Order: sequence, then C-alpha cells, then structure tokens
Amino acid sequence: MILKAGVKAPHFTLKTTPDQSVSLQDFMGRPVVLAFYPADWSPVCSDQMGLYAQVMNEFKKFDAEVLGVSVDGIWSHLAFSKDRKLNFPLLADFEPKGAVSKAYGVYEESTGESARALFVIDRKGVIRWSFLSPDGVNPGADGILSALEKLG
Amino acid sequence: MPDAYTPPKLTLPVGDRDHSEGSADAAVTLVEYGDYQCPYCGAAYPVVKQVQKEMGSLLRFVFRNFPITNAHPNAEWAAETAEAAAAQGKFWPMHDFLFEHQRLLGEDAVFAEQEAKLKLDVRRIGREVADRAYNARIEEDVMSGVRSGVNGTPTFFIGGFRYDGPAELRSIVAALRDAAKSTGGRGGRRSRG
Repeated sequence: MILKAGVKAPHFTLKTTPDQSVSLQDFMGRPVVLAFYPADWSPVCSDQMGLYAQVMNEFKKFDAEVLGVSVDGIWSHLAFSKDRKLNFPLLADFEPKGAVSKAYGVYEESTGESARALFVIDRKGVIRWSFLSPDGVNPGADGILSALEKLG
Repeated sequence: MPDAYTPPKLTLPVGDRDHSEGSADAAVTLVEYGDYQCPYCGAAYPVVKQVQKEMGSLLRFVFRNFPITNAHPNAEWAAETAEAAAAQGKFWPMHDFLFEHQRLLGEDAVFAEQEAKLKLDVRRIGREVADRAYNARIEEDVMSGVRSGVNGTPTFFIGGFRYDGPAELRSIVAALRDAAKSTGGRGGRRSRG
C-alpha cells in the first residue's frame, strides 16, 4: 500500500551521479516533491519529468525541491536528464533494487519498476499528500501544486 | 490502484478568450493543449481534422498553447507567431500552416511568405514575435493546462475532462459521442443564450 498523508516519510540516501548522493534529510526545512516513475526514456513529448522541468518555476514559488526516482541506474539517469534538459535530480533506486520504492509502497513487483506515484513531504519530513496514478496515466503537476498550496 | 478514478477537470472553462472552430452551442467541445514543434502534436493534427469532419456541427474545437520550451527551441516562437496572426484575425490559417510546416519552424522567410499570402501585416508580426507580445496569454494557456492536469503534448479535454485515450480518430470520436450523450446533447458550456 502506498504511504498516506500523516505518515513520517521514510529516510533514504540514493545516488544521483557517480559521485553524489542525495538524502531526504538534505532538504529538511523545505517541502520535497518525490516523484516515482517507471523508467527513463518514455516515448512521449514531455513525459512526466520533462513537464516538471517545464513548471519548475511554479514549484520554486513554494521553495520545493523536486526529486525524480526510478530503478534506472545513474548512467541512464544522466543521459536522460541531459537529453530532456531536466533541472532537478534523478535518483537511482538501483541497489538494492527498488528498496526506496518498496518503503513508500509504490514498487510494482510484476514489472520490477516503480509505479507512477507522487508524494509531497512537508518541512518536517511528514508526508502530506500522496497519489498513485492509474496504469499508463501520467499524473501531471496539478495535484502537486494543490498539495504545496495547502502546506501554507 | 486508486478506486473511482476521475480524470482531471479543465480548470479554465472555454470562453471568449479562446481560439475556437465550430459553434459555441455545439453538443460537445474538444480542447487541445498543444505545442507546434511537438511531433506527437504534428501527428495528431490531421487526426483532429478528421474528427472535426466526422463530428461536423456537433463539435467545437479549441486550441490552447502548451509550448514545451525546454525541449523545443522553436515552440515559443511558433506559439507567438500563431497569436500574432490571431491578433489580425487569422489564427486558424496560421495554426494549420505551422503544423503543416513543422520541420520549417523558425525559418522566418517561409512564414513571412505565408503571412503575406494571408494578407497579414508581416512586419507587425515580426515585431510582435520578437517582443514576445503575447507571452502573457501563452503563459496563461500553459498555467491553465498545468492546473488542469496537462501532462505532456498533446493533451485533450472532452466535455471538460482530460481524455486519457489514444490520439486516434475512432477513440476520440467515441469519447466525444459519449460526452455529447451524457450531457443531453449539450456538452461544454453554452457561452451564448
């Protein structure tokens, strides 16, 4: 089951580049948007991650940090990020595979990928909104922005 | 999976601000958020034309800008060009020409020639595009899309709800017919009495 609002967000440290890691604690005091997605390189124009890059200014108004998470490795993330001109980190939930996705209740055993799922975590590290997207549906950014507004 | 999923709702209702084809009293309204440089929008362009042909007077079609500027360097230019033509009453001819010449976007000479053919003030368009004169309107389109669940391009709304099916003729027409039926023959908003 996907973790719901009111639950303390599980801690994690994941690689984002060959020599850099990102921890949830790094962003204490700021809202965090955690966006799990199945795989880099989805074949649409502006996929979910591209859309978030596009609306980054809106997220910045809330001082929010956006983190993308999939089970892809860092090299795939680096190439994907460069290709789509992403302006936020992609985290590799790669080893042990899917461990963070599992902790948040959004790992799809059947495909071995993360589900499309979103979390808005408040300044104190508590989940304030979560959303599991139906199969194949890119959830967009509106739910995230509404949740950030409600953080106040 | 969440139960009782309903697709996101169009937060900015269709109104006088919009570029539309078909009657405001049409049975159902199809809204597209699109990017002139996006190949999937280019592929959807003839599909929309077919949909319009098939639905006839039952359909009102609205196009709103959603340029994905970080991926498409000419998308903003194209959106500005369409809006500048709209200011002279020729949105749809320019909209069509942009999609029909997607690979030539940004080549000023090609578009200037077309603008002259459409009897538009070519210099005014050039000046307005350079000044990004319609930036505020385009931004309003984009933000209305973001707040309505636009999640890439093209994104369609039928009867005020995001359409999550494929951008294919049969599927879109079926969804439009359903929406027209479920609103008792009056989908969308009536903007006239």
